[in-house]
Amino acid sequence: MSAVHTASIDSPPQTFAERYPALRRFLRHRVALLGLAVVLFMTIFSFAGPWLIPFNETDTDIRARLMGPFVGPHIFGTDPLGRDILARLMYAGRISLSIGFAATALSVVVGVLVGLVAGFYRGAIGASLMRFVDAMLCFPTIFLLLAVAALIEPSVTSIVVLIALASWMEVARVVEGQIRSLRERDFTLAAESLGASDSRIMFRELLPNAVAPIVVAATLNIAHAILAEAYISFLGFGIQPPTPSWGNMLENAQSYLTNAPWLAIVPGLAITLTVTSFNFIGDGLRDALDAKLDR
Amino acid sequence: MGRYLVRRLLQSLLLLVLVSMIAFAILHLAPGGPLAQFVATGNLGQEDVARLMAQYGLDRPVPVQYLEWAGNLLRGDWGSSYRDQLPVLTKIGIHIVPTLEIMVASTLLAMFLGGMIGILGAVRRYSFFDHLATVGAMVALSIPTFWFGLAVIYVFSVNLGWLPAGSRETIGDGSFVDRLHHLVAPCIVLALVSTAVWSRYMRSSMLDVVNQDYIRTAKSKGVPAMRILLHHALRNALLPMITITGLHVSTLLSGALVTETVFTWPGMGRLFLDSVSNRDYPVVMGMLMFTACMVLLGSLLADLLYSAADPRIKGAST
Amino acid sequence: MNLYEPIHTPVVQPGAQADQQADSILDVRDLNVTFRTAAGTVHAVRDVSFSVRRGETLALVGETSSGKSVTCLGLLGLTPPAPYCTITGSARVTARDGNAYELVGTPERVMRRVRGGVASVIFQEPMTSLNPVHTIGAQICESLRIHLGMNVRSATDRAADLLNQVGISDPKRRLTNYPHELSGGMRQRVMIAMAIACEPSLLIADEPTTALDVTIQAQILELLEKLQAETRMAMIYITHNLGTVAEIADRVMVMYAGRIVEQADVVELFTQPRHPYSRGLIHSVPRLHSNRARKTPLFAIPGNVPDPTGHPPGCTFGPRCGHFEPKRCDAAVPVLQHAQPGHLVRCVRWPEIEGAM
Repeated sequence: MSAVHTASIDSPPQTFAERYPALRRFLRHRVALLGLAVVLFMTIFSFAGPWLIPFNETDTDIRARLMGPFVGPHIFGTDPLGRDILARLMYAGRISLSIGFAATALSVVVGVLVGLVAGFYRGAIGASLMRFVDAMLCFPTIFLLLAVAALIEPSVTSIVVLIALASWMEVARVVEGQIRSLRERDFTLAAESLGASDSRIMFRELLPNAVAPIVVAATLNIAHAILAEAYISFLGFGIQPPTPSWGNMLENAQSYLTNAPWLAIVPGLAITLTVTSFNFIGDGLRDALDAKLDR
Repeated sequence: MGRYLVRRLLQSLLLLVLVSMIAFAILHLAPGGPLAQFVATGNLGQEDVARLMAQYGLDRPVPVQYLEWAGNLLRGDWGSSYRDQLPVLTKIGIHIVPTLEIMVASTLLAMFLGGMIGILGAVRRYSFFDHLATVGAMVALSIPTFWFGLAVIYVFSVNLGWLPAGSRETIGDGSFVDRLHHLVAPCIVLALVSTAVWSRYMRSSMLDVVNQDYIRTAKSKGVPAMRILLHHALRNALLPMITITGLHVSTLLSGALVTETVFTWPGMGRLFLDSVSNRDYPVVMGMLMFTACMVLLGSLLADLLYSAADPRIKGAST
Repeated sequence: MNLYEPIHTPVVQPGAQADQQADSILDVRDLNVTFRTAAGTVHAVRDVSFSVRRGETLALVGETSSGKSVTCLGLLGLTPPAPYCTITGSARVTARDGNAYELVGTPERVMRRVRGGVASVIFQEPMTSLNPVHTIGAQICESLRIHLGMNVRSATDRAADLLNQVGISDPKRRLTNYPHELSGGMRQRVMIAMAIACEPSLLIADEPTTALDVTIQAQILELLEKLQAETRMAMIYITHNLGTVAEIADRVMVMYAGRIVEQADVVELFTQPRHPYSRGLIHSVPRLHSNRARKTPLFAIPGNVPDPTGHPPGCTFGPRCGHFEPKRCDAAVPVLQHAQPGHLVRCVRWPEIEGAM
């Protein structure tokens, strides 16, 4: 019997990048990296920026009202009350970004819990939970947001809860699908046969394996949350003035469109840039992490 | 096909019931309940509130209220507006046509434009055009619709004067051409998101199809390239698009609301916004239900259309 | 050119030379197919030359990545376009009306006429090779209408005849069926019907039975033999299953790592294989022993097929060959030599490797 010639076994990975192939794949995704850079910039811009510029967002200077961008000391111009647009943009950024992150965090928590339970228990519990999710998804997002927004006292907290209310369903769906398929796998059966409790299996065995799609869904959720805040603030039911948000800056800008278009351009650009960046990051994460799942 | 149809209908009915329960629950979350409009004025004393509650049947247990409300819905009694006492369904009926106008027009535009971009991107994969289209679609999905609307108004209305800045028709002139002229801008704005969605899904659908064995077979038969693209590939690639369109109704309705706001278009979105501002709860409720029904119907129709279009499903359930 | 005529009239090729050449349907000279991939350049097919005569079946045998499928895909231009794939060399195919077509470097519109009209392919996976949204009648008629310009009615009639010819009962009703309503074996018959619809002079069958049950395999083989006898078309039969080769082939070409390593008449190849690889292949075919005492372990050729991007110097089979001799076998790639008339072998040591199997 002649010997069979086999290829040599690879030596164990050495470098950091080799040990986390998903990270390496993400780093190769130039567009996603660009998105990450922009998001980081916007975050720093909004939270640290106000210390770097001489203007406050509340200082009104009627004499300098409605100045155009790049004309005077105000880089992005001033609004009808003479407030510096750049400063307002930064403060508004704090609000809008915070709402985006917080709403996403909340919706992920809710969505993961619902998805876990529905995917793990399947049967009647799982089916009814998912039908509930389906029913919630039947309401067009803006309609749902506005209907509830009209019932509550608008504040940052309530807006966060509201947006989370309208976005947990997607996360739940993603999680449920993942958990349902992981449920059938051998390691789950092994844990069950060892006598592990339900919650232990759910949180220690299944959830860690479902992290990848959750991360992708969460990133895309942030993008949607920022947009949602912009929409409801624009329509007048979100963050109320004088607190600035990118959305309500646009609402104020509507009546000055003809003579002061920069009032609308600047916050809109900020929203678009930030949301696009989160979308790019989400895409890059999806590519990087999905490939890992298949291996 | 018959059995599939029945199953789908039952599913939709179940969802409809759940939707109605959720809508009812939302209404009852209102601080002060459905009488918030009156309570807000602060003129009413406790006995007045109690009397009104009894009059409107709001003092009975919630499940009973729900059943009565649901029963009314089925009978066609969707309540009357607090403001002008018009039946809710009538108000919706007045406002639905303009909304349907922009929804249908923008969908057609999006299908055509998005379809072409998607097909071209798939056929010329990884080319400059493809990369541009992918990035462009991503950006288009990130642009707030109302911002885009304002931009369109600024460029085409304020500066170029080619298109009207809003409304459905010029006062005094309700001709077809005039209406068409007014339709252009809102249609383009609403089509932004739909086009991006169509182009992305069309591209991936085409890529899937183009790599299939039967395309290689067609090529080996000597079928001309254009015919392979249209007759063989597209016919298969369009199938998933039917489902996508059905799922897109919800997004379309949301976009329509925002577009109608920016262009003062007299559609359902405007009605909803006004009703919410005025705390006109019956109308708000009715519209929540109505739009949810539209979404369900859209999804149902898409599924039915898909099963009729795909021979593998058409024959399977009989 | 209307090819819809009974194929009993002998075809005269303008400018015919020797008898052999007049009969030659496909003439391939120094065919090379190279792929440009992210991992490097892959020489999938190297210096392949062969001919196939009218009514003859040539079997192309080899393991995966031997280049057998790529050879035929390359002939018909079904490989990715340049710059991902480059084809050099020459391949002339002769149609039934005597016209000869060069297949390498020909513009696409000529290739379109050749594909289906002069040379056809049937593939390995009948389950996915038919378009699921069109009836099989429509798909067969498509060929007829493109190449023969038939109208719908005559195309439908001819399609029904074809289904009959390939052994499908109730052809008129079957024409309205969709592919998913047919079994694997029936779909392969439909593929064959589509392939022979315009009466090509050459049929390439790329592992047509690999994905089918053994009983269906036999039926399909029988069908192909019958059709070949009826139409006298040349056939290239690609396979890794030597059993089917013995059944259907007239001549056999063994390929390894993109090159032809042996070419011979089928009986001669099975009784007197010269190349160590062919010997190994034939030895690997399991045999049923009636005598229990003679049970021996199954034989397998040691080693693996070389990485397509990096071939060893000299004879590519060298590392796996039991007769490998350093300095002789790895000095240069061996050339094809005549072991006997009509029997080519690519090995420097072939005279020393004696003995019938």
